[in-house]
Amino acid sequence: MRIQRAVALAAAVVVTLDGCAPAQTAPSTQPRPAAPAGARADTGRAAPGAGAISTPNADPFPSTYAFPQTRATLIRDVTIMTAAGPTIQNGSVLLRDGKIAAVGTTVSAPPDADVIDGRGKFLTPGVIDDHSHLGVYAAPGGDALSDGNELTNPVTANVWAEHSVWPQDPQFPRALASGVTTVQILPGSGNLIGGRSVVLKVVPSASVQGMKFPGAKYGLKMACGENPKRVYAQRGPSTRMGNVAGYRAAWIQAEGYRRRWDKWNADHQGDPPQRDLGLETLAEVLRGNILVHNHCYRADEMVQMIDIAKEFGYKIRSFHHGVEAYKVADRLAKEGISASLWSDWGGFKMEAMDGVRANLAMVSAAGARAIVHSDDPSGMQRLNQDAAKAMAAGEQIGIHTTEDEAIKWLTINPAWALGLDDKIGSIEVGKNADVVLWSGNPFSVYSRVDRVWLDGAAAYDRANPASWWRTDFELGNVPLPNGGAR
Amino acid sequence: MTSGIGRVPAAGGRQKSAIARIVIGTAALAAVAALLLSTSERAGAQTIAITGGKVHPVSGPVIENGTVLVRDGKIVAVGANVTVPNGATRIDATGKWVTPGLINSLTSLGVAEINAVQATVDRSARGDSGIAASFPVWEGINPASTMFAPARNDGVTSVVVVPTGGLIAGQAALIDLVPGTLSDMLDKAPVAMVAQFGDPRSAGSNARGEQYVRLKEVLEDARIYARRRSEFERAQTRAFAARRADLEALIPVVEGRLPLMVNVDQSSDIDAIMRLAKEMNVKLIIVGAAESWKLADRLAAAGIPVIVGSMDNLPQSFSTLGNRQDAAALLQRAGAKVVLIGNGSGEEGFNVRNLKYDAGVAVAYGLPWDAALRSITLSPAEMLGVANRIGSLQPGRDANIVVWSGDPFEFTTKVEHVLIRGREVAQPSRQDELMQRYKTYPPAYRKP
Repeated sequence: MRIQRAVALAAAVVVTLDGCAPAQTAPSTQPRPAAPAGARADTGRAAPGAGAISTPNADPFPSTYAFPQTRATLIRDVTIMTAAGPTIQNGSVLLRDGKIAAVGTTVSAPPDADVIDGRGKFLTPGVIDDHSHLGVYAAPGGDALSDGNELTNPVTANVWAEHSVWPQDPQFPRALASGVTTVQILPGSGNLIGGRSVVLKVVPSASVQGMKFPGAKYGLKMACGENPKRVYAQRGPSTRMGNVAGYRAAWIQAEGYRRRWDKWNADHQGDPPQRDLGLETLAEVLRGNILVHNHCYRADEMVQMIDIAKEFGYKIRSFHHGVEAYKVADRLAKEGISASLWSDWGGFKMEAMDGVRANLAMVSAAGARAIVHSDDPSGMQRLNQDAAKAMAAGEQIGIHTTEDEAIKWLTINPAWALGLDDKIGSIEVGKNADVVLWSGNPFSVYSRVDRVWLDGAAAYDRANPASWWRTDFELGNVPLPNGGAR
Repeated sequence: MTSGIGRVPAAGGRQKSAIARIVIGTAALAAVAALLLSTSERAGAQTIAITGGKVHPVSGPVIENGTVLVRDGKIVAVGANVTVPNGATRIDATGKWVTPGLINSLTSLGVAEINAVQATVDRSARGDSGIAASFPVWEGINPASTMFAPARNDGVTSVVVVPTGGLIAGQAALIDLVPGTLSDMLDKAPVAMVAQFGDPRSAGSNARGEQYVRLKEVLEDARIYARRRSEFERAQTRAFAARRADLEALIPVVEGRLPLMVNVDQSSDIDAIMRLAKEMNVKLIIVGAAESWKLADRLAAAGIPVIVGSMDNLPQSFSTLGNRQDAAALLQRAGAKVVLIGNGSGEEGFNVRNLKYDAGVAVAYGLPWDAALRSITLSPAEMLGVANRIGSLQPGRDANIVVWSGDPFEFTTKVEHVLIRGREVAQPSRQDELMQRYKTYPPAYRKP
């Protein structure tokens, strides 16, 4: 987390040091579950209810996102950055039934299609931010909306970010208006293991379930370095070696838990083991069902986290805020770990000192997946500009990045980090129809988002302020957008 | 720091003039002038001609294929038909753009190296019940800061370093980003008195009205103190609302000689501070200014400069619910003096360099291009009372000049030359050195 929240963390710890119980030793007051209807009679006793069973890939808070009904839309005569191949000049894209139905220089559209003239404009996949705290640190801020860091224990694998997301956060519509269609909402970085992330579509909804990306895997937030050791300085871990001991202790418990439950789920012999939400999440990581997103600034710590992952048999999907990723880019490439980075945020704490603007370009040139991420509701609105800065900085040291490569940093690469690269992140036939129409080249400072389609539905139109999504919070509180900007 | 100050003939003059501006009262002005003259004469001739560029003087229309002639740290000629003297060092700017050096008006450059490391942070005084008017933030500036080079290498030649915290945070300084000592860098100090007003929980108060009364009380006492100094020394006055040093520091403010730069966001708070400033006859600058666009006409009519970012559009607090990204354009359209700052609106050090991108984004959100360039050059110079020396390319001005490969606001544009006080400064930053070290895999230094 960046500095504003780092300050909040420091303040918060003072009041949270007392009365915290380790998640792993939660009091076992859980009663034997009551027999549900249809209990298995052959065991001679009541079968447990679903809430007592640790089931792989369980989905107790299922997505209720409704794919919109849409008209076919043809965007024609537009420059298409596909994130899947070379830029197509004067191309057309057909969106139909929520999917990309055709891409190319000659595309025929059904007669009832909406036809959008894209002359002079650029079309890209919807922007994906794999590191956001929208909803969990909602505007207008303050203690009441500070819901992103459960600073009561260094390991809180039991918490789920979605239970903190406020769908009325006025930051959501601003993200959409800047082309962001999919976000991963993560817990904060105050803990060694902060909890589950959730992947959301940036759409209006009264509940978070209505925003959840159907079928998306969960992520697990882990954090290296300064934040956890500062937050827990009094009770520990208070050092980096304490941090590492903490991760390892958690994985040791998780492995035992996974074994017990995998066995029970296979044979249903005897009493089911005690369910533990935190260990369940970690066991799902060990099974490969949850992807690890590891906040880690320093190169040496990334390499240590890689060894820990190998020791316990899980994979790290992405290192986040890796300001020193360029120092170990070859290793990241070899391990197949992506790096979620800023272009030029650094210097605000000791472990961020070595941030360089060409980080993304250097990581990309080394063959690792580079991702431009935000961790910030303002920076999130300009991920394209962050990519442009990193490209330019790369040029200055002789590392050339093509625009076709750089567009991947904010589209298909974060889609991969979320395990969704088969559904979103590129303009290819069969992908979800998440596309952004820019007034010009997205790597120009002067370009703005003109229109956004999400699952084929018109989600944002700059020219039509009356159509803009305004959250409930904004009514009466935030002035009407009356002039093409907000 | 290692490269010789001696390469900049004008630096010596500025060094002394900066100190003079701080410590010497009006009575000594003649002596200062004499000093400046003598150092300038000692300096020796150094002439640089920047030729063939698209010159943006800011104070006048663009000159295609123009020449900027620099001698002894000053600009001596700007135009399409400037004769380049024999022996001048030439910088070929054919196909390039030439602008004044950029001025970032709200930074913590040199006083906050690593925010999370207290030992490197020097921008907030303890003060006395929220009042730290006497705090000279520049005394904490570390000329060895690694943050200077990145800012300079991206075309920023002068910055305002501001104190933070409290109701009256202290005095800001204008520095030029020349290598050297603090004395070399100081341009004008103090350049403004910094305060904040609004959020009831900030500034050590519990309510806006309390802040208003406290500010007014302190300003009134500064005025009384100025008249009754000798009685104060004989303990023949009532107790004042602030310490002697703070009252002393506020005298130029209540006499209208030093602007009061107020961090204030909510439109009702801006309204209040405008009333207070009018009543107390204080020269005002508004900073942050989330909802200033609501009062654009009044701010324009009152001639109050407004310092805004162009990347703030989030209602991130109850005082900034009206934040909008086209605020700069709305203010400019109403005729207010707009000064843009980098990073949206923060005063951090690391990205002082991104000022040019704030200008570019402001253009995308409706600010005319020329106004955007002005808002980071001549407008801040005017606001700070130094437009006779920096902020534009005109004869007689300090030679703070940037040569760009193209449009300064675009990401693909490179800075090709930076001159500060007539001297080209080209030092790789710490970040540059890191990138050079690691740009090959494995890094060159790792190879046997």
